[in-house]
Amino acid sequence: MKQYRTHLLVCAGTGCVSCGSFSLKEALEKEIARWGLGDEILVVATGCNGFCERGPIVMVHPEGIFYQRLKVEDVPFLVEEHLVKGRPVRKFMYVPPAEEKPVPKMADIEFFKHQRLIVLRNRGRIDPEKVDEYIAYDGYEAMAKALTSMTPDEIIAEISAAGLRGRGGAGFPTGRKWALCRREEAAPKYLICNGDEGDPGAFMDRSVLEADPHAVLEGMVIGAKAIGAEKGFLYIRDEYPLAVKRMGIAIRQAKDYGLLGEDILGTGFDFDLEIVRGAGAFVSGEETALIGSIEGQRAYPRQRPPYPAQHGLWGKPTVINNVETWANVPSIIRRGAAWFSGLGTETSKGTKIFSLVGKISNTGLVEVPMGIRLRDIIYGVGGGIPDGREFKAIQIGGPSGGCIPKELLDLPVDYESLTKAGAMMGSGGMIVMDEDTCMVDIALYFLRFTQEESCGKCAPCRIGTRQMAGILARIVAGEGSDEDLKQLEELAVTVKQGSLCGLGQTAPNPVLSTLRYFRDEYRAHIADRSCPALVCKNLITYYIEPEKCIGCLLCLKNCPTNAILGERKKVHVIGQALCIKCGACFNVCPKKVRAVSKYTGEKGRALAGRAADPVKP
Amino acid sequence: MPKPDVVQLVVAKYHAQKRALIPILQDIQEACQWLSSETLAEVARELDIPVAHVWSVATFYKSFSLKPRGRHVCTVCMGTACHVRGGAAVLEHFERKLGIRAAQTSADGEYTLERVNCLGACALAPLAVVDGRYYGQMNEIKANAVLETIKKPEGAARKPDQKASS
Repeated sequence: MKQYRTHLLVCAGTGCVSCGSFSLKEALEKEIARWGLGDEILVVATGCNGFCERGPIVMVHPEGIFYQRLKVEDVPFLVEEHLVKGRPVRKFMYVPPAEEKPVPKMADIEFFKHQRLIVLRNRGRIDPEKVDEYIAYDGYEAMAKALTSMTPDEIIAEISAAGLRGRGGAGFPTGRKWALCRREEAAPKYLICNGDEGDPGAFMDRSVLEADPHAVLEGMVIGAKAIGAEKGFLYIRDEYPLAVKRMGIAIRQAKDYGLLGEDILGTGFDFDLEIVRGAGAFVSGEETALIGSIEGQRAYPRQRPPYPAQHGLWGKPTVINNVETWANVPSIIRRGAAWFSGLGTETSKGTKIFSLVGKISNTGLVEVPMGIRLRDIIYGVGGGIPDGREFKAIQIGGPSGGCIPKELLDLPVDYESLTKAGAMMGSGGMIVMDEDTCMVDIALYFLRFTQEESCGKCAPCRIGTRQMAGILARIVAGEGSDEDLKQLEELAVTVKQGSLCGLGQTAPNPVLSTLRYFRDEYRAHIADRSCPALVCKNLITYYIEPEKCIGCLLCLKNCPTNAILGERKKVHVIGQALCIKCGACFNVCPKKVRAVSKYTGEKGRALAGRAADPVKP
Repeated sequence: MPKPDVVQLVVAKYHAQKRALIPILQDIQEACQWLSSETLAEVARELDIPVAHVWSVATFYKSFSLKPRGRHVCTVCMGTACHVRGGAAVLEHFERKLGIRAAQTSADGEYTLERVNCLGACALAPLAVVDGRYYGQMNEIKANAVLETIKKPEGAARKPDQKASS
């Protein structure tokens, strides 16, 4: 391999690519060539760096300088200053919220400091499209060890001793799953990697597949040896074209190197992998439904038991694990179970990747040890809530999970604690919500989601979620009653108990957890017909404060229904009868002016010129 | 209309395996933009499986489009992160601007508006994708600018909403 004095690691994850990281890379290469430094400096496109909020990101290796939000126009200055004259450029560095001094090195940035990387160990440092780079960082060492010096039982024992549990949601012990499948006599056996990451707000699997595809591949070969499978499938969501592409490249390269296919590493062990693209059905993330999808059927969940480990793909024993689970396997085999289980809590070992999104300063992907407190994730790694707003709740576990309020911020993050608190680990999506988020609206959002994604096989899920969504829609419209809350709770239990698969069994969780912690908000919608978070359209009124309005015409021009009257330099007024509450005026009113306000409840109704409550409950 | 050989070519690529029905439909859709009922019938014939089965699969999965799509496809992300940052308002804005609802195509075949559950680019929330390009931190003004770039150049039917000229 050719030596370079400096590597520029340009993040090429989906987030940064959308912000133009490829054109940035091109510009960097051109500029470096212009200075005649092409032999000294190499520009590398890496997988997702994780700090997506700050894209496009460039890391300068080996110094570890972290540049963020770079534009193509910045390139000539950056190259001349840093790479030619050796002066790192402060203005492109990261400045923590509420501070003025930039933090030059990636390792010193709070977002990265608290993280512990196992699955994401190669993120942002290797080119995922080059197997050599993966190998250079101990890649395929674990596979070589497993294939040449371990028996299947030893591999399973190691994974069991490590305490690895499924990272897809339910947290079933991986070692036990493998052992179950190994015991089966039927042949052939199959392996599946579940990359149908459907939880909205979770994107760790996409990132792992994009940033370190060989880690998943290596984990699967080790798993194949452990259970005795010759064929595996990688099921990847269709919405992730980059992940599909990179995984395809990884498979081809591994085959070329004899790391996959026939007679792997000359050990006589055969294992082949095939990519299957999902087709946009959330329920296919459920393991039995996913199996149906690979078989070319509709993704309908099946009765369990028998479990896939006994009766899976085409009726054969099948081990199905999630992307993150597979990517943990090589590190465990390479560094040993004791090392892995040294991290985490009594029941939850190792690390977990979370996607930290929503109303949070540092949006991105974080890998932290199990057992870390929620507070440390939100305020340490995440940098707190932006715009001086207050934290309200964090939604964990997607449509199957729940909202955790600020009283529980000291909760340790592990499978059991989250479930006890009414949420669940799920795939690890963490959506942070501030005081501007309405919890009833969120519950409705998730219910509509599950209603739409219900495959329709079980009546409680198909009809129950529809009824629940209907009730919630009434409540956010200000037409709910106390009876509705009771019925909502009853239906929740029915849907939970009467559904076949995880989708239905967990669908009521977002409602139950918000009812548990934010009942007051439901009450406000019902009794006062007000939305405390000022979100629910039917319950709010937009109003232009006459003393603040500067008459700039901005809201007037952007109003889609021409509901705003006014002239330049004269106070504007919203014609409430025409207002559709789209919020355009609120959003376009200049930050310094902030003349558009939202009101709810009695005050809102009064401003809207409607009669106050006819009957006060 | 799909060329008659597309179906045969794709089916042959997968060695007419019945289990490959989903990838076959995906590849045909990639080539033809959408799946007509004739296409589905032909797939059934080529694979020797019931037409009803092909329909059951094609209607089950969201990525299959059984109607022609517009020249320009606008997709608005409805993921949770986008939702809490105002994704619903972005979708409504597109609906108003294009004069169609989500999952519809405009009568002139120009625009299709779609919603997606999550694109996994939550840092960019709220997010919209127009003709394959990702636009983050979407708002009304940005959406207008993006739509302007894909507008039919001349003789385009004017949208009913106002256009404060010059």
